[in-house]
Amino acid sequence: MVVGASAAGLAAAETLRREGYDGTLTLVGDELHVPYDRPPLSKQVLSAEWPPGRVVLRAPTELDALEVQLRLGVAASGLDVADRTVCLADGSEVPYDGLIVATGVRPRRLPGEGAHVLRTLDDALTLRERIGPGQRLVVVGAGFLGAEAAAVAWRLGARVTLLEPARVPLAHVVGEEVGRVLSRAHLERGVDLRTGVTVAEVTEEGVRLADGEVVEADEVLVAVGSLPNVEWLAGSGLTVDDGIVCDEYCEAARDAYAAGDVARWHNPLFGMSMRIEHRTNAAEQGMAAARNLLNPGARKAFAPVPYFWSDQYEMKIQAYGYLRGHEEVRVVEGELEEGRFVAAYRTGERLNGVLAVGMPPKVLRGWRQGVAVGAAWKDAVG
Amino acid sequence: MRVELDEPKCVASGQCVLAAPEVFDQRDEDGIAFVVDGQPPEDVLDAVREAVAICPAAAIRLAER
Repeated sequence: MVVGASAAGLAAAETLRREGYDGTLTLVGDELHVPYDRPPLSKQVLSAEWPPGRVVLRAPTELDALEVQLRLGVAASGLDVADRTVCLADGSEVPYDGLIVATGVRPRRLPGEGAHVLRTLDDALTLRERIGPGQRLVVVGAGFLGAEAAAVAWRLGARVTLLEPARVPLAHVVGEEVGRVLSRAHLERGVDLRTGVTVAEVTEEGVRLADGEVVEADEVLVAVGSLPNVEWLAGSGLTVDDGIVCDEYCEAARDAYAAGDVARWHNPLFGMSMRIEHRTNAAEQGMAAARNLLNPGARKAFAPVPYFWSDQYEMKIQAYGYLRGHEEVRVVEGELEEGRFVAAYRTGERLNGVLAVGMPPKVLRGWRQGVAVGAAWKDAVG
Repeated sequence: MRVELDEPKCVASGQCVLAAPEVFDQRDEDGIAFVVDGQPPEDVLDAVREAVAICPAAAIRLAER
């Protein structure tokens, strides 16, 4: 049984079948839509470049071929790992022999009513209806999601204000210098990026800041991070600590695995516990969890090099590895000023990650390889 | 089996090249992937299926013919 019908859950279900599991397979999802892809929501869907149907991950024939009992529009409401039973919100109970939990995350919200968030297809379509030329949009949070949405809204002709509590957006992930390059992209286009600004609440006029000032807006988008969907696991027997706590095999309890945004697992490549909200990780971890569930005698530790990308204006940002908590950043190829560069991130004595903008793929692959083998900083960077 | 790539969907992650370097490559100028060998031999099909599964844009298909 797989709980969660987005990228990780779908990858898990497909892998179970590909690896030869031919028993009953149930895939539960709380949204009514068939599995779809989320990264385009803040890009091609918000900009209306794509019709919504283009985000569907698998054609109906491909889903049929999976021979899966698809239970859409029903959330899981409880789990008992001793009993091996999942309870669903419609009151039914589903027994399982093996379980993969991929219930993802939901957006954090702010006090007050009327703000948009951007996580689901419905969220994206609602917001898309409301932004257009001359509209005043306030985006709270200049992280990757907020920055992408601001970039799209700007292109659609909206008057965009981007409010960010940190002094330099994304500095805790990408470092101050790279963060300033990303900030400049907003400022150069006339997006009103205001940093060091804390929003207290959403109001009818717009948002009220911590110092009492009101920033007026026609629409407000709140993009201040996510919370793992774990409340339904209370009393389940699984350990929850900012995500479902798993070992290096993604196992959370006997024959119960977790994958995707909701899973906190020990990544042996970096020697640390992590929870990754990246599209690529969802698929890779769904596959890894499925394989380990099916082959208990030949389990493999899940030790990926995390990867993410972000499209902001004409910039494609790509990063490999684990950038958070870095102690040093160095530009190792290209120039920050030219918007074409690779930045390397040191944690301890090793190369823990790289971030690139506008560089050829072969250059990037070389640096990724350095992260994948856990290269010493002095060897990789000098 | 025929490998199909929906180029406008590609996000230039290069995951396919890592999974199946015999079958995929990326353009230097923008990193968009292209198919090097559209009808790969049997022994690399598992690698192609891996690429289909991990492509973060769901841009690759392996079609029967």
